[in-house]
Amino acid sequence: MPVQLRPFGPTAVLAEVGGPAAALALATWARASGVAAVEIVPAAETVLFDGVDDVATLAATLESWSPTDPVPPGDLVELPVTYDGPDLEFVAEAWRTDVAGVVRRHGEVEYVASFCGFAPGFAYLAGLPAELAVPRLASPRAQVPAGSVGLAGVWCGVYPSASPGGWRLIGRTDARLWDPAGDPPALLAPGTRVRFRDASSLGSSTPGFGAS
Amino acid sequence: MLATGPLTLVQDRGRPGLAHLGVPRAGALDPPAAALANRLVGNRADDAVLEVVLGGLEVRAEEPCWVAVTGAPAPVHVDGVARGHHRAEWLAAGSTLRLGRPRTGVRTYLAVAGGIAVAPVLGSRSTDTLAWVGPPRVTAGTALPVGRPRTQPRPLDHPPVHRPGPLRVVPGPRADWFAADALAVLCGSPYAVEADSNRVGLRLDGSAPVRTREAELPSEGMVLGAVQVPPSGRPVVFLADHPPTGGYPVVAVVHPDDLWRCAQLRPGEQVRFTPAPPRPPARGAARR
Repeated sequence: MPVQLRPFGPTAVLAEVGGPAAALALATWARASGVAAVEIVPAAETVLFDGVDDVATLAATLESWSPTDPVPPGDLVELPVTYDGPDLEFVAEAWRTDVAGVVRRHGEVEYVASFCGFAPGFAYLAGLPAELAVPRLASPRAQVPAGSVGLAGVWCGVYPSASPGGWRLIGRTDARLWDPAGDPPALLAPGTRVRFRDASSLGSSTPGFGAS
Repeated sequence: MLATGPLTLVQDRGRPGLAHLGVPRAGALDPPAAALANRLVGNRADDAVLEVVLGGLEVRAEEPCWVAVTGAPAPVHVDGVARGHHRAEWLAAGSTLRLGRPRTGVRTYLAVAGGIAVAPVLGSRSTDTLAWVGPPRVTAGTALPVGRPRTQPRPLDHPPVHRPGPLRVVPGPRADWFAADALAVLCGSPYAVEADSNRVGLRLDGSAPVRTREAELPSEGMVLGAVQVPPSGRPVVFLADHPPTGGYPVVAVVHPDDLWRCAQLRPGEQVRFTPAPPRPPARGAARR
């Protein structure tokens, strides 16, 4: 069985699927098929279904899912990045290249927002190959500015608001990632595909909220 | 608002359904008390009320209105005259209501007929104290708008009988990351409430359930009432403003009907866990 279910209190169940791609696929499938849950929360290896009236019926429904079921591709968002982060040199060394090489490698990947966490609108972006994994900072920075683009392990992420953070910062974007008045409020909801563009090689347009 | 005490927040029933975007649910920490206050003044259950930590609130009614006070028993005075809890009270225009420090409990609720009508954020007027989604905390000097009353107050409502009691728990999704007796350890002795408890979690000091699996848990979705055990061994019961995902294993889950107790426990007080009896299958369905 592709899904292992773990009961999580009287009205929730945790579906273990083994990895972020399968978690996103199951969450996307469940949302599209109208599974009766108040919350469907994909994470690194699991999907939480919370606010479930009838856990047994939900469990039976999830058994009909297969990781090979096709998932419709999410919207594509392009984010212009100014590559001037304080950890750019560190990442260049870890990737055995120079700064220009980091900009090129980072920009040639199409990422997908696997799940959100840490802060409203903070998406864990999958897509970097395992050999480009970088360690987090040993001790987090007290204040990371909003819009900072960072790496941790094989994940890429953009800080939606200023906060402490331990990710390796390679650049920043002016795009608005979190807007409580927006619909949806998070620019990078799970399933969204993301491309980063070197702002120095672009015009000055800013995609995302407020773009006409 | 003339004074707000240590912390006064606007709360309704929160904004469920956004955890996948990283947004905590928020909402009144003692839902039965907030619901009772709303009923007493003829509000809907999801109208917004004030959640007042350890009293100290002082408000002046710009317009005449019905109000009701529930939750932690903070003494109520209107223009210096003592008034009661658990009943609709009339405030004349210009009169001032004060909440003293409650003798027991932590959170007192003040409902106004028509509800607190600050602008909703993502469908809710609740303030989330983890990510600060929602209206800002209430500060002295601000004027809070009030909605139009829907019905007359309901004088015959009454509070549920609150007996002190343990928190009923069922095994959590990661109970197998702990020794087989973990639930027995959790339920075997009382825990002291720690001073850094808040709307995010009730932090407890006591016997640590022994963890047998040392691997790092990849972050996973969390529910209200999840009992996480971080490396310190001190359990945390997740409350309304908990992070939507977490990376420590959940050994047990507190029954939703017992979570209001967590809102009213003071630092230094003791609380026990007890195994929840097996749920009769029909009851859960009928309660919805």
